[in-house]
Amino acid sequence: MARLEIHNLSVGVGSRRILSDIELSIGEGRVFVLFGPNGSGKSTLLKAIMGISGYDILSGEIIFEDRVINGLSVDERARLGISMMFQHPPGVRGVKLSQVARILCEDEEKINKYVQLLNLGYLFDRDLNVDFSGGEMKRVELLQIILMQPKLILLDEPESGVDIENISIMGRVLDEYLRESGASCFVITHTGYIIEYIEATDGCLMLDGNLYCVGNPHKLFETIRDYGYEKCKECTVRHAE
Amino acid sequence: MRSEAQKNILDSLPKEDLLSSGVDLSEKGRAATFVQVDERPSLFRSMFQGIELIPTEEALNRYPQYKKFFGMAFTAVGEDFPRDTQGGFFLVIKKGAKVTLPVQVCLFLKKKSFSQKVHNIILVEEGAQAYVINGCASDKAATDAFHLGISEYIVMRNGYLNFTMIHSWNDSMVVRPKSIAVVEEGGTFVSNYVSLKPVKEVVMYPTCVLKGRKARASFSSIILGHKGCLQDVGSRVILAAPDTSAEIVSRTVSMGGKIIARGHLYAKTPGVRAHLECQGLIVSEQGTIHAIPELQTDYRDVDLSHEAAIGKISKEEIEYLASRGIEEKVARSLIIRGFMDTDILGLPDELREQIEELKERLTEQAM
Ligand SMILES: Nc1ncnc2c1ncn2[C@@H]1O[C@H](COP(=O)(O)OP(=O)(O)OP(=O)(O)O)[C@@H](O)[C@H]1O
Ligand SMILES: [Mg+2]
Repeated sequence: MARLEIHNLSVGVGSRRILSDIELSIGEGRVFVLFGPNGSGKSTLLKAIMGISGYDILSGEIIFEDRVINGLSVDERARLGISMMFQHPPGVRGVKLSQVARILCEDEEKINKYVQLLNLGYLFDRDLNVDFSGGEMKRVELLQIILMQPKLILLDEPESGVDIENISIMGRVLDEYLRESGASCFVITHTGYIIEYIEATDGCLMLDGNLYCVGNPHKLFETIRDYGYEKCKECTVRHAE
Repeated sequence: MRSEAQKNILDSLPKEDLLSSGVDLSEKGRAATFVQVDERPSLFRSMFQGIELIPTEEALNRYPQYKKFFGMAFTAVGEDFPRDTQGGFFLVIKKGAKVTLPVQVCLFLKKKSFSQKVHNIILVEEGAQAYVINGCASDKAATDAFHLGISEYIVMRNGYLNFTMIHSWNDSMVVRPKSIAVVEEGGTFVSNYVSLKPVKEVVMYPTCVLKGRKARASFSSIILGHKGCLQDVGSRVILAAPDTSAEIVSRTVSMGGKIIARGHLYAKTPGVRAHLECQGLIVSEQGTIHAIPELQTDYRDVDLSHEAAIGKISKEEIEYLASRGIEEKVARSLIIRGFMDTDILGLPDELREQIEELKERLTEQAM
């Protein structure tokens, strides 16, 4: 069985159904790229996998390493090895980045290494995400994820708001981790920048809560860029027939 | 040197409990020590020339020149005080003495159902400076005990007093501190209050009178309210001279107890400035916090302000920390500890660390 299996998954927020009948399978070491227009349900899918409250599973199953995790709490899922980068992480007043880093990892040298690599020294003793800039938050998210040593990384637009130099730094840190750990990755991107640094193996497209096509991520990205999301979908639907 | 009898008494005290109230019986890094157990001052000595630290009765008997300070602060605010006290400390920081190591005073309750009633006086003479840690603690066996603390603080011209009171009682104690500070021209009074352990009932409303020009006062409190406890705690500053200023800050957390957080700024003369801030965090459904900030002035030309806010821990923050594999109870404890920010207190480093440890232990236990 693959590391993450999703069968027949429908997710609702409040009384509204956002995702319908999602089927997905992500194997060990695979890097899946999720494309799709604003509001199509990409973040919703990641949050449902993480177990974020308010994202109710209406039907279907999420299976992580042979175990159905539908009923598990967020921290239980995290301890199994799932780690998500938030698109909009909340500020946690009174709790310092350094405190959280030390809870996630006992190896002070390793913490230091990544704090330096990601250029976060000046934020280390500040309250977590409080008044951080957009790009700073993303780097801080990545730091925490790497320190957790997850088996499945969920990335929600990791490059958004990050300057070109920092994208390349983040890309390299992530690439190194994925290669060394064999972790799987599920990444949402609009710009495609991040997949210039990590080796994307698969691509898929979310449109209006439905997941289409699994194929070459670079081809998929080109098609979307040249012809738009709808055309991309038509093509895949035709292919499927 | 300590006498045999003193040693015996000190050895019988729970060192850990005392440490959590800021009192270190090894006296490492302390300028002077006073320990009273129940009704008896058991140990008192000063390692510095500029400091006198002896029991109040003894000071009044031995030094006639200090007699006039007994009751002086209460007279300043037109209040009376109980006279049936036994013991208490009399601390004098001599003119111009600047003592950076903390002076520690410990009021300890050991006997069951005992009523400890003390009268303390601190005199900071002209241009002198001192840090005082007042640790109040009780033995587990001292059930249903009572503590009354009458305290008078006189800060003379350009003096500086940094006073930290740490309450570390048990959950059947009833406590009534009554403190009045009088600050003369150019003097500063900094008062810190930390109460993290369960206590049955504390009612106190320490008051500071800024009597001389440019006098300053700053009150900071960190209060953790446990289930079944009542803490009615306020701070009051009377700004009675021009160019005086004051600040009152409190951070209260109810994990099930009832907390009344009062604050009162009273401008009795024009040209003064003061700010009051009460922040509360309700952690448990059974907890209550009642913030009562008061501003009062007899004049138009004053600058008085207050902020008060009571909230709960944001679910989003807990879930965010949970997504990092941090259990909910640990996440809550982290957020609560962060809210009770010891940086608002001007504490010596070592004491700050002790309080941080205590915060961690108590918040996680109570979750
Ligand atoms: N907590 C929520 N409450 C109400 N509606 C929500 C909530 N979360 C998501 N939605 C709705 O669900 C739909 C999908 O949102 P989602 O955030 O998954 O989109 P997305 O594909 O990630 O878009 P974007 O590219 O803009 O990030 C949107 O219409 C959004 O408004
Ligand atoms: Mg999104």
